[in-house]
Amino acid sequence: MSETLTRDDLAPASESDLTGLVADCFARQRRLRIAGGGTRVEMTMNRPRLNTAGLSGVVTYEPGEMTLIARAGTPLPDIQSMLAAEGQALAFEPPDMRGVLGTEGTPTIGGVVAANASGPRRLRAGACRDHLLGVRFVDGQGRMLKNGGRVMKNVTGLDLSKLLAGSFGTLGVLTQVALKTLPLAPASATLAFHGLDVTDAVRISSQALATPFEVSGAAFRDGAAFLRIEGLDRQVAYRRDRLAAMFGDRRIEVLDAGETARLWRDLRDVAHFAGKMPLWRILAKPGDAPAICTALTATGGQVSLDWGGGLIWYAGPGDAGTVRAACHRGHATLIRRAGLDGPAFPPLAGKLAALSAGLRQVFDPAGIFNSGLMDR
Amino acid sequence: MSTILMPPPDPAVIARKSQIVAALRGALPDDAVIADLEETRAYECDALTAYRCAPLAVVLPRSTDEVAAAMRVCHRLGVPVVPRGAGTSLAGGALPTADCVVIGTMRLNAFLDIDTENRFIRVQSGVTNLSVSAELEPEGFFYAPDPSSQLACTIAGNIAMNSGGAHCLKYGVTTNNLMGATVVLSTGEIVELGGPESGPAGLDLLGLFCGSEGQLGIVTEAILKILPRPEGARPVLIGFDDAEIAGQCVANIIRSGVLPVAIEYMDEPCLRAVEDFAHAGYPDCAAVLIVEVEGSPDEIADQLARIRQIADALNPVEFRESRNADEALAIWKGRKSAFGAMGRLGDYICLDGTVPVGQLPHTLRRIGELSRQHGLEVANVFHAGDGNMHPLILFDANQPGQLERAEAMGADILRLCVEVGGCLTGEHGVGVEKRDLMTSQYDAADLAIQMEVKDLFDPGWLLNPSKVFPLDSSASHRSRAAE
Repeated sequence: MSETLTRDDLAPASESDLTGLVADCFARQRRLRIAGGGTRVEMTMNRPRLNTAGLSGVVTYEPGEMTLIARAGTPLPDIQSMLAAEGQALAFEPPDMRGVLGTEGTPTIGGVVAANASGPRRLRAGACRDHLLGVRFVDGQGRMLKNGGRVMKNVTGLDLSKLLAGSFGTLGVLTQVALKTLPLAPASATLAFHGLDVTDAVRISSQALATPFEVSGAAFRDGAAFLRIEGLDRQVAYRRDRLAAMFGDRRIEVLDAGETARLWRDLRDVAHFAGKMPLWRILAKPGDAPAICTALTATGGQVSLDWGGGLIWYAGPGDAGTVRAACHRGHATLIRRAGLDGPAFPPLAGKLAALSAGLRQVFDPAGIFNSGLMDR
Repeated sequence: MSTILMPPPDPAVIARKSQIVAALRGALPDDAVIADLEETRAYECDALTAYRCAPLAVVLPRSTDEVAAAMRVCHRLGVPVVPRGAGTSLAGGALPTADCVVIGTMRLNAFLDIDTENRFIRVQSGVTNLSVSAELEPEGFFYAPDPSSQLACTIAGNIAMNSGGAHCLKYGVTTNNLMGATVVLSTGEIVELGGPESGPAGLDLLGLFCGSEGQLGIVTEAILKILPRPEGARPVLIGFDDAEIAGQCVANIIRSGVLPVAIEYMDEPCLRAVEDFAHAGYPDCAAVLIVEVEGSPDEIADQLARIRQIADALNPVEFRESRNADEALAIWKGRKSAFGAMGRLGDYICLDGTVPVGQLPHTLRRIGELSRQHGLEVANVFHAGDGNMHPLILFDANQPGQLERAEAMGADILRLCVEVGGCLTGEHGVGVEKRDLMTSQYDAADLAIQMEVKDLFDPGWLLNPSKVFPLDSSASHRSRAAE
């Protein structure tokens, strides 16, 4: 699915352009499809696309304060290289979904926040929303709004930034985000365990994550479990040896920093599930992962794990009802449809559904923003 | 006389006191309802003691269902509700009104489940912060947020104020360590937000609830993320004869890639008070940093060597390492007694505005100027790694006009924090204390959408009314709710 700029695209060049445009759409009940780079979500809505490419550029980057403020349309790769030049990174490791989704745009920082896109290090460092310090956004009536700020500790008023993170453009158009950055660990290594099943893999993760060795990745793919350790040189050497000793009865392969970087980039981007099957992203209690995986693979297809079992990827032919029933108390999002119909996001029920609908009514009373994408 | 106004209580509610108390007694066990004035007076204030008002009644439920029952009564009878944890709020977050029912969480004190395999603990929300880590100790785990009131403060209050502490530079604040919550809404409905899964099914309602200061509902149970205890931790003390260079040292440490768990800062007035009080043996200088790192003995030595190199480049007057547990305690002793030491000097207001770390030197200079301008002494002791200041304004409450002067100076300091890119409150919350300053940080529309969110969760504006939002801004929402 190509997301190139077309004549139908609306591409405001400034926040004031954007507020005018949204106010106009609100008055005329004209629906929009909000997208940054258009790389993270398969959008089938047939309506004009609101593109944030015109709202681009880093406003402030202060490495000594570990703070980045960027306009929403700023390309993610630009930000990543700017941070890397200072030895820093977005610690939540936003995945690049272009490979698995077959999308072609350039990911934007606004899209990262709107999708709360978080990679393997979420396990230790938290999700994108945990690094989000503040936002500027335009709501569905064309109001220019801000929430939070640029400092790490801030309880001034309701935390709407958390709501915007992971709202996939259903509550507002992000125009600017402030994020915490962190120093890149100078050293890293991976312990690989081969010939395992899901139950074994979750058990190894849980044991490793109960140690003080700050395991920053715990994944399982193709019969192999991986534990990543990061830090200063001596820390990594020490932690590697302690963990290896802990699992001394198992055969362990140690991967060096270069191999570690490649492996975790692939795991982050779910490169192993590029293809044509429907792809599901399932959030679960790690201990439930073995039972869920058993139920899923019974329908055919394959699973992999991240976040020590808290994130299950399932690529397979199971229909939505079967997949959602298999998830137990967890919840499944259809990332790549490959022909499957029905809602992509987990359906909500009861008061949670009512509160979510109520919030959409507050932020986007006319339902002009990506309506229908999550739960309306 | 104090300067923060509360709207007059609703005489119609007060007139119905006996009906309200009877309805609460009908819905709850007898000992859960307190209505006698002598007893309700124990709940007349929190740690913002300049403001006091006994509530109409106090309810102390033991379960989520009892909280819901109390909330249903208040909802049906149109009675305001003020949620209360341990009453340690420095911002008046638990300050009652004469027409309100206080719902306290102190009897919600059960530990429900420790699950080390899935790395969480499930608790009733009235357990104290410190008791959570104590409960986890035999398992080798701990709960990271550690506000300085942790001996007394409850998880319910921590969630309401999104509390931080000294160690959040590495571990984050409450919202980063909260996985799920059972909440009772203003209608008495019970909702589960989040859970032991690794993220929400839809919108992040849990993130919205955390830090909402009792405006949206009452948290009765919580699922908290737990972490394995570090192998060890060791502080160093670094003294500088220039406050600005101490600030530079903080920024240089953060840039270096070493991530300490804590960087604490104390300025000269604070050091003087602490020395008189605790005799901690701190150097006589302009500013002291306490930097703590974690890990194995080798890892600690490695990190401290890097910190020493950074500090040495800035010519500190002293770099004091701790070689054993006693020396580590000695380094922390002064910092931990700072608030007690200040208390001996007289009354004080403690603010908690946050500024970008790079603005620390400028902010400290301006606070010094404001101190001279208002004629009140200020001592600074704070979490420097994340720019969360804690200026203590010293005054004498017995001298007419001094509280007002201290409050006016506090307002100037907080406006300064916002001006340099920071915020009004890093971890204490807005409460009543900073309510009327909200317009210095947020435009009318920014506040409007927050109040529209409150309209959704609490259509009657019965939950913790007249707080967080400036009275002028909230007037139309409150009057619409009253119709």
